[in-house]
Amino acid sequence: MKQPLLPRLLFGAFVGLVLIYLILPLLIIVPMSFSATRFLTFPPPALSLRWYAEYFGNPNWMQATRMSALIGILTVIIATPLGTAAAYAISNSQTKLMRSLHMMLMLPLIVPIIIIAIGIFFIYAKLGLIQTLTGLVLANVMLGLPYVITSVVAGLQSFDKTQEMVARSLGMNRFRAFLTVTLPQIKASVFAGGIFAFISAIDETIIALFVSGGQYQTLTKRMFTALRDEIDPTIASISTLLTAASFILVLLATSGQKRMP
Amino acid sequence: MTAIDPSVRYRRREQGLMFLLASPAVIVIVALVVIPVGWLMTQSFYDNGFTFEHYRRIFTEDVYWRSFTLTFRIALIVTVMTLILGYPVAYAAAHVKRPWDVLILSFVILPFWTSVLVRAYAWLVLLQRTGVTNQMLEGLGLITEPLALVHNELGTIIATVHILLPFMVLPLYSTMQKIPRELMLAGASLGGGPLHSFLRIFLPLSLPGVVAGLTLVFVLTLGFYITPELLGGGRTIMISMVVSRNVELYNEWGAASAVGVVLLVAVLAIFMAVGRIIPLDKMLGQK
Repeated sequence: MKQPLLPRLLFGAFVGLVLIYLILPLLIIVPMSFSATRFLTFPPPALSLRWYAEYFGNPNWMQATRMSALIGILTVIIATPLGTAAAYAISNSQTKLMRSLHMMLMLPLIVPIIIIAIGIFFIYAKLGLIQTLTGLVLANVMLGLPYVITSVVAGLQSFDKTQEMVARSLGMNRFRAFLTVTLPQIKASVFAGGIFAFISAIDETIIALFVSGGQYQTLTKRMFTALRDEIDPTIASISTLLTAASFILVLLATSGQKRMP
Repeated sequence: MTAIDPSVRYRRREQGLMFLLASPAVIVIVALVVIPVGWLMTQSFYDNGFTFEHYRRIFTEDVYWRSFTLTFRIALIVTVMTLILGYPVAYAAAHVKRPWDVLILSFVILPFWTSVLVRAYAWLVLLQRTGVTNQMLEGLGLITEPLALVHNELGTIIATVHILLPFMVLPLYSTMQKIPRELMLAGASLGGGPLHSFLRIFLPLSLPGVVAGLTLVFVLTLGFYITPELLGGGRTIMISMVVSRNVELYNEWGAASAVGVVLLVAVLAIFMAVGRIIPLDKMLGQK
């Protein structure tokens, strides 16, 4: 179907402009992070690693980075098995109860995060969990569960359940059958779910604004405060590193899924 | 006692096991979502006893009313903008040959996986008075005075549209991809012009994606916090900022809870209304 040239050109130009709008922030951050000046001029007059040195040389930024990484890792370690077990239950049970539980497990994606944040802030204040590692990890496990569950439920959909039945009829107990027969075939979706939970934990800002602080301040809370007060170019170097890290993780997650049979 | 059919017993045991497997995750969600939100709901009716006072306040006092109308207006503008910008992009991605579709989709997905804070920072750099956009426009001689592009509602909208555009493009794309090409060819062979075929065949078939995208973007904008806080310049007070300020600055839990409950009810009502047309899990699966 050939269409007239002019409308097609206009359409292509419009799509091109929207794509530039989408990619523009990423295009701007990388050169900014290598700028030698404090002023936000573009293109930067001279290049330097000044803002990277500022970031790596600042113990406060480093402490916050370590904290965020630790929270991310602990979140994955807890959320992945919990979410996988729940996903297994969801795809093996068609009861009404399980369907409502599935809905309930998706609540962190539905309820506006600010509402969850102040609710958690209040509960944590009662329990003494404010500015604690436990409190931060638990909140991020809650936020990460929907990602793990969605990913693993999708993985289990394309898995033939009779294989596990066969293993069990041959005398394996259910847990071993799951570990040796089912898990190897859905490992890509488990892995992807874990990575998404990690990225969500590293990115989480709003709950951290309320419940993190002191020694247990996350990187995002520090960045948020720095952005609210003044534009510190150190943020550009952190942003570049964060963006690079999350791209690598997403590539890992998706390439794992593609290898699935 | 009547004997229980063994298959029934097996099924019950199976269901018990499944419930057990799901329970750790369920406990986390109950403890950190259901109980906190439930507590907020009771708090919103409480002030030394049962009261409607908090609701009366938020529905009569100007500050709250302004914030509600502002939030709904921004949500509406953002939703319409994402549709206008997103529909052609999704259409192009669904129609061009490889590798162009991959290229378009990666432009959509790359920002999707970039931290919201990082993007807020980038927009501050791009839009501020001495920022890149103003310098460029001045350099081209298009303006003499720098434009106020950020620290206001406009800056909030520019950044929010950017953050939510993928939530529009992805459901649109996945719907459009399933529309058979032959239908458009058939339309053309029956004498319909390209515009006619598009309006009568393609557009109606893409509507489920449009509805899913509109719902997601609208609902997410209602609860947005980071972009108005960082790019709104202290004057663009959206609902979530009212909630957080009431807690952080004024320690007004009653008012914060009542505003939060209104926001939650609005979000759930929209999801449920749309959920009658498109299953909710399908909508969230797009994320």
